Amino acid sequence: MGIKILTEHIDNPELKKFEVYRKTGGYTAVEKALKTMSPDGVMEEVKKSGLRGRGGAGFPTGMKWSFLDRKSEKPHYLVCNADEGEPGTFKDRYLLERNPHALIEGIILSGYALGVEDAYIYLRGEFFYILQILEKAIAEAYEKGFLGKNILGSGYSLNLYCHPGAGAYICGEETALLESLEGKRGNPRLKPPFPAVSGLYNCPTVINNVETLATIPWIVNHGGDQYAQIGVGRSTGTKLISASGHIKNPGVYELEMGFPVEEFIYSDQYCGGMKNGKPLKAVVAGGSSVPILPAGLILKTANGEPRNISYESLAEGGFETGTMLGSGGFIVMDESTCIVRNLYNFTRFYRHESCGQCSPCREGTSWMEKILYRIENGEGRMHDIDLLVDISNNIEGKTICPLGDAAAWPVASAIRHFRDEFVEHVNRKGCWFD
Amino acid sequence: MIKVTIDNIEVEVEEGSTILEAARKIGGKVVPPTMCYYSKLRDTGGKCRTCLVKVAKGSAKDPRPMPKLVVACSTPAQDGMVVENTLSQEVIEARKGVVEFLLTNHPLECPICDQAGECDLQDLSYGFGEGESRYEEERRRFGYNDIGPYIKINNERCILCYRCVYLSAQLTDKRLLGVLFRGDYAEISTYINAAVENDFSGNVIDVCPVGALTDRSSRFKSRVWFTKPYDAHRDCPKCAGKVVLWAKGDEVIRITARKDEFGEVEDFICNECRFEKKQVSDWVIDGPRHIKRQSVISLNHYETINKLKETPPKD
Repeated sequence: MGIKILTEHIDNPELKKFEVYRKTGGYTAVEKALKTMSPDGVMEEVKKSGLRGRGGAGFPTGMKWSFLDRKSEKPHYLVCNADEGEPGTFKDRYLLERNPHALIEGIILSGYALGVEDAYIYLRGEFFYILQILEKAIAEAYEKGFLGKNILGSGYSLNLYCHPGAGAYICGEETALLESLEGKRGNPRLKPPFPAVSGLYNCPTVINNVETLATIPWIVNHGGDQYAQIGVGRSTGTKLISASGHIKNPGVYELEMGFPVEEFIYSDQYCGGMKNGKPLKAVVAGGSSVPILPAGLILKTANGEPRNISYESLAEGGFETGTMLGSGGFIVMDESTCIVRNLYNFTRFYRHESCGQCSPCREGTSWMEKILYRIENGEGRMHDIDLLVDISNNIEGKTICPLGDAAAWPVASAIRHFRDEFVEHVNRKGCWFD
Repeated sequence: MIKVTIDNIEVEVEEGSTILEAARKIGGKVVPPTMCYYSKLRDTGGKCRTCLVKVAKGSAKDPRPMPKLVVACSTPAQDGMVVENTLSQEVIEARKGVVEFLLTNHPLECPICDQAGECDLQDLSYGFGEGESRYEEERRRFGYNDIGPYIKINNERCILCYRCVYLSAQLTDKRLLGVLFRGDYAEISTYINAAVENDFSGNVIDVCPVGALTDRSSRFKSRVWFTKPYDAHRDCPKCAGKVVLWAKGDEVIRITARKDEFGEVEDFICNECRFEKKQVSDWVIDGPRHIKRQSVISLNHYETINKLKETPPKD
């Protein structure tokens, strides 16, 4: 077992209580930062750590913070994106329901570094039970003087609010999240302006993922340099991977970046190998949005090097033979999986969740869904397969927000790697998987 | 002032202008088509994706090209920026794709649509689309929606440009129209079948690029190209009173606001002018409305006629 930053004490069911979290070393980072460090000092440590956003895009957190328009006289905001809706990803839920104080501590530290006085947690609507856990934890933090006015006598004040969403996947996109938080329809905004300049209520805003923020206390306690030593290359630290599918032990695992994919799937400590002993067919490595990879390409790159869990290694080969780390939703499929049906399922999801604002995504997702439904149910035509590729090309990169890309990549990659299966579906007039 | 080059034509625009504004300053073929952007309404644009262009050079300071195609309507122009619109094959392909998407669920009912002849989507598909559709699925359907005596809404035809939503939020004193549901189920609607009642609500008809919002008072009365447009005005206490009368003989079929060369309304008009003043005697005729030669409306040319009452010259 490698080093654990986020999940060290997570098996303790009492960890969500303030006292228990405090006993495990919680809130020491806040004391350290507020008493001995300047805001810039905290930011410097985060920059040194090389921490990258854990929500999916993998953008360096320190750099994102440095874009915040600090000269602006408007108030600044910090928003925690807890709208975890990606199919196959459930790491934030795991952290939130078991260790809410780590997130709160991370928010206090980040808020201090950014000069923020109001912070928000935008929580996925379906996580209603977590809202109660979070509100309780926030109330405890207020009571103990870690939130509110003049935290620990340092003169720094922070208010933290928790806002539940209403069940839209699109509100996990940062600008749609801001719209929703403002009380409007959750439509993504046009960028530029970026949230760092004009975000929540048109004020400079930083939006970070739960896992990203929950990592900050460790970085403040141990220093950015020490964090940067964990991991491999530009992928520093650890990553929570939500493993699901045809494996013996599905669940959330904290892995040091650079952990071999093959060991992760087959080791008894982690996924425990394939359930029912059927051979591995394909893996979606980073949540439903990233390209699917067949068994041969997920274990080894096209050059024959073993693949590991890191931003660079998974992306090796580009979209031709690679994929993305994304949000770490690791979906494993064995030979009994129908790729067409799986793709139809994903596409149906994106069709349902498209906000309907821009035409390629609105029309393209529903078109692809209808075609895939026909192929799966025996009414597919041979030219439909190339048409799907064409439609996905016409969506990709031409939409307001990344949902269009997220809908297009799975289609393009499934056809790229499993075209034979689509052709067979057309020839056999339907699906032969049960 | 900053210098922008679009399709090898250089133009000077004020700082903070968008690529589209620069292109419109040049005019002609380099202007990207727009289906959702409306310069008179705040926040519009970015949705239809027909104005996608390629930025081959970011600016004089940072000459890197932009990695993706960008929307001309809301991307700020930079000094020294080089933009490719009609010259870029990538842009042409992308636009073809967008047109195809816009048409997938748009019903082919131009023969019974009042907008036909002055429809932006017709022009767009004629200019940039393919002759045949690859869409073989069933088109989406919506339930009947009644939004009052003046305006007919037809959501099947809607391309969700949001212009009417912004107009009703910005020009009228209530947010009369909004969008219900998501994705391809999204539809323009009022709050639970409420009627749209406001002195300026009729302007949504003019800003609608397609036939989703049409004038009930002239519904099915005539094809646009059988009516002749005249500039006219009256003293209106509510609005500028500058309109276009669309007449067939002495009968005024339809009244709209005057539109500029980019199809945008010059002055918004009130509902009284639009729906109630359908007599020639209500108006002072300024003369014939100039229509572009390329438009189907110009088939019915009338250069020799100056006033409505005059009989056409015998030849």
